[in-house]
Amino acid sequence: MNRLRLWLLAVGGAGLAALLVAACLDLPGFGGDRHPYGDRAVHASLLRHTANTVASVNFDQRAYDTLGEMSILFAAVLGCVVLLRQARDEHRAPPEPAGVARPVRRYALLVLPVALVTGLYVIAHGQLSPGGGFQGGVVAATALHLLYLGADYGALERVRPLGVYETTDALATGAYLVLGLAPVLAGTAFLANTLLPYGTFNTLSSGGTVPLLNAAIGMEVASAAVVLLAHFLDQAVEIEEEHGS
Amino acid sequence: MADALIVVALLLVAASATAAVAQRDPARQALVLSFMGVLLAALFTVLQAPDVGLSQLAVGSALTPLLIMLSVRKVRRRGRARKEPE
Repeated sequence: MNRLRLWLLAVGGAGLAALLVAACLDLPGFGGDRHPYGDRAVHASLLRHTANTVASVNFDQRAYDTLGEMSILFAAVLGCVVLLRQARDEHRAPPEPAGVARPVRRYALLVLPVALVTGLYVIAHGQLSPGGGFQGGVVAATALHLLYLGADYGALERVRPLGVYETTDALATGAYLVLGLAPVLAGTAFLANTLLPYGTFNTLSSGGTVPLLNAAIGMEVASAAVVLLAHFLDQAVEIEEEHGS
Repeated sequence: MADALIVVALLLVAASATAAVAQRDPARQALVLSFMGVLLAALFTVLQAPDVGLSQLAVGSALTPLLIMLSVRKVRRRGRARKEPE
């Protein structure tokens, strides 16, 4: 049985390696000046007044792919929540407040608001400059956890009502779907960027539905990261196995 | 000039990745991984992919090491709790 498994792995690995080598031999040279796909993507994003071509690819030209990625994140976090829930032979012991070194506390409390605003800025300017909902969402969510470093777990739990973040996660996922279905009702295609005016190039409201989809992703990723970290923190800090069992 | 920058960034990423593999203590490995995440973000930015660089910075050098550290803490705590009753 083990031998068969090894053979299967060897055949699969050899096939993958052969395909990879064949694909790499056909790649254009490193750093060349001809980018047929890039030129077309830039052209399409300029037509829709979206300054950041990557945002245009993510939320307009390939918005369907982003829907898939968002669903993967949603399902993965849901799986973690189920796996890391409090089991029957475990109990919660609120952690005792621990002393924090003065410089650590000062630094964490100083950087927290800066990091939080940076995250929100990156989400809001996703259609204009590098970044977007995913990057900004992760930054904002991790910024919140500086409170755990600077103060203690109790303080973090007070500013982080978990139910609200779980609801926001589901609502944002739903919002992306609704924004995708709206053009279908209006008579065009799923996730087509045709409903809203494209606005003035390089302003916050430009790009049609791109900023809205970007904001939905930002909300989804930020709350998903908070929920994920919350369950990991619960396991690491609060939940204990029963000694008697 | 740009080519030299790319080569330096690639070498730094390769060196830190090797260091992450060579380090056997998971908690320290998380720290090295975080450092490697920053270098990888720099490499992506040098290769003109700032969007990917930002993702890498947020996920690779902050979120992933944090999750690893929390898992390590949980495993160690469980190990201690098992030993105590004996």
